Amino acid sequence: MTDKIFHAASGIGRKVQAEALVSSDGFSARYDLDRIKGVFSRPDHRLAGLSYVGRVLVLDAAKGGVATAWMLYEMKARGIVPAALVLNAVNPIMVQGAALADFTMISGFDLDITEAIPSGAMVEVDPTAERPFIRIV
Amino acid sequence: MKLSDEEQAMRAGQFGPLRQWAIEHQIKVGSYFGARDFVPVSQAHIMADTESLGAAGVEWLESWARLPAKDRTVRIPTITDPRGTDFNATARLKHEPWMLDLERRAIDAFRALGVLMTDTCINYQTIMAPLLGEHAAFGDTGVTIYSNSVCGARSNFEGGPSALSAGMTGRTPRYGYHLDEQRRATLEVRVSATPHGFDEWGALGGIVGRLSGDYWQVPAIVGIDRIPSSDEMKHFGAALASYGSAALFHMVGITPEAVRSQNVLPTGSDLRRYTIGASDIIDFKARYARNIEAVDIVVFSAPQLSLVEMHQVANLLDGRRATIPLLAITSPQVKPDADRMGLTARIEAAGATVLAGMCFYQSYAREMAEANGWRNLATNSAKLVNILGGYGYRPALMSMESCVDLACRGGRIAP
Repeated sequence: MTDKIFHAASGIGRKVQAEALVSSDGFSARYDLDRIKGVFSRPDHRLAGLSYVGRVLVLDAAKGGVATAWMLYEMKARGIVPAALVLNAVNPIMVQGAALADFTMISGFDLDITEAIPSGAMVEVDPTAERPFIRIV
Repeated sequence: MKLSDEEQAMRAGQFGPLRQWAIEHQIKVGSYFGARDFVPVSQAHIMADTESLGAAGVEWLESWARLPAKDRTVRIPTITDPRGTDFNATARLKHEPWMLDLERRAIDAFRALGVLMTDTCINYQTIMAPLLGEHAAFGDTGVTIYSNSVCGARSNFEGGPSALSAGMTGRTPRYGYHLDEQRRATLEVRVSATPHGFDEWGALGGIVGRLSGDYWQVPAIVGIDRIPSSDEMKHFGAALASYGSAALFHMVGITPEAVRSQNVLPTGSDLRRYTIGASDIIDFKARYARNIEAVDIVVFSAPQLSLVEMHQVANLLDGRRATIPLLAITSPQVKPDADRMGLTARIEAAGATVLAGMCFYQSYAREMAEANGWRNLATNSAKLVNILGGYGYRPALMSMESCVDLACRGGRIAP
């Protein structure tokens, strides 16, 4: 099943397995989420209204401001948090937030990862591997 | 990453547990981006409003603030982004006691760490603008993009934990916009109509941001036919960073690294190229005002207003009466000058409110909306309209003049 493994350029955090929630949209905790209810709240986000809690979010690029660097830690402390982030393009804020929160994230693929992973698929994300990857299980 | 003797000592805990945590954090981030080593930084700027921090983040800060002074004090000038309230206006904003308690605790913790509570996102206008080539650790996307682009400084987006780390270690991982090779343009945007007004500069920034796509893209803007003001650059950069997660732009013939186009535009490459005209800016603005017949509130914020913007608001309000809330939000450095020069009094005589040291979207925007019945909002900040949709608002982007007119006719968009 090597055709279902997608290697990333970089990764941080621990290995996780969860259901994927996929969109070609970007990600910012401040801009896109209602962090109290645990749902995407930006009206024009393709995942608007859907719960992100416990899901592996497979999205295009990190967007928006710097708040996510704190918010991942705060979301994790309350348990209303995604299982992992998988992004085509990351920015420093996501990595800084993941480093503080011990949160799982991988990024940088040789294809559009949002086209490769179907929403609803069970996936494994392993940032600890020599070559970090996401795999459909 | 290659570590100096001092960096290895920090990592070994010889400078206390906070500096040990800080450099470990920086090594994790630097390793993710393939940084070879660290670069010394001259100043740090921390974004840490309590809506972002939450109780968990405040407790985390407090745990460090209890260390002995020698182990907890920043090494370089370290300042703060806007806070989550203006303590002189908490009743007006209907901020809850628990919010104020968190704010006070966060402020106490930062003071214990030696951080200067400047509470501003326009420090490049009011505190200490960085110089060409100066390496810094700026948190707040608007601060970073202005400093990189207009001043020629070198900073990545440094979120709160990383900016605090830089304050503690006096350095940051050398990757991204600290490197010459990252600062070349990756797309060229020709502008056929130079914007008028901050709303149009923000709209142009928003359009370029969407075209840019991600943090690693550097747009070169060509065709601006005059030198923009600092406030125009501020709104342009803040929107570009907000919509595109971009941290650097060049404006050919204007910004310091793009005095000549060949300095930033790679020759002979198949650069992405776009053209933006007046109709694109009109379309961008129209998208936000769609289906809004009236607004509940007018907000000037994001970024905080300069003294010149405060003067403009005062001039527009003279002899008039705002019949819906109008908030003009500035920095704690500008506010005393606005008071001294009578601008605050003129704005508030018209029924508007001047706030300082906060920014609207960083001040529990969702809770303010629910407590005050604010849903439809007009502003001249493209950055603000980009953010507030996720907080439940329906924002409209308009000129400063139109926003004031709107506030003085009860919020009705259609006359």
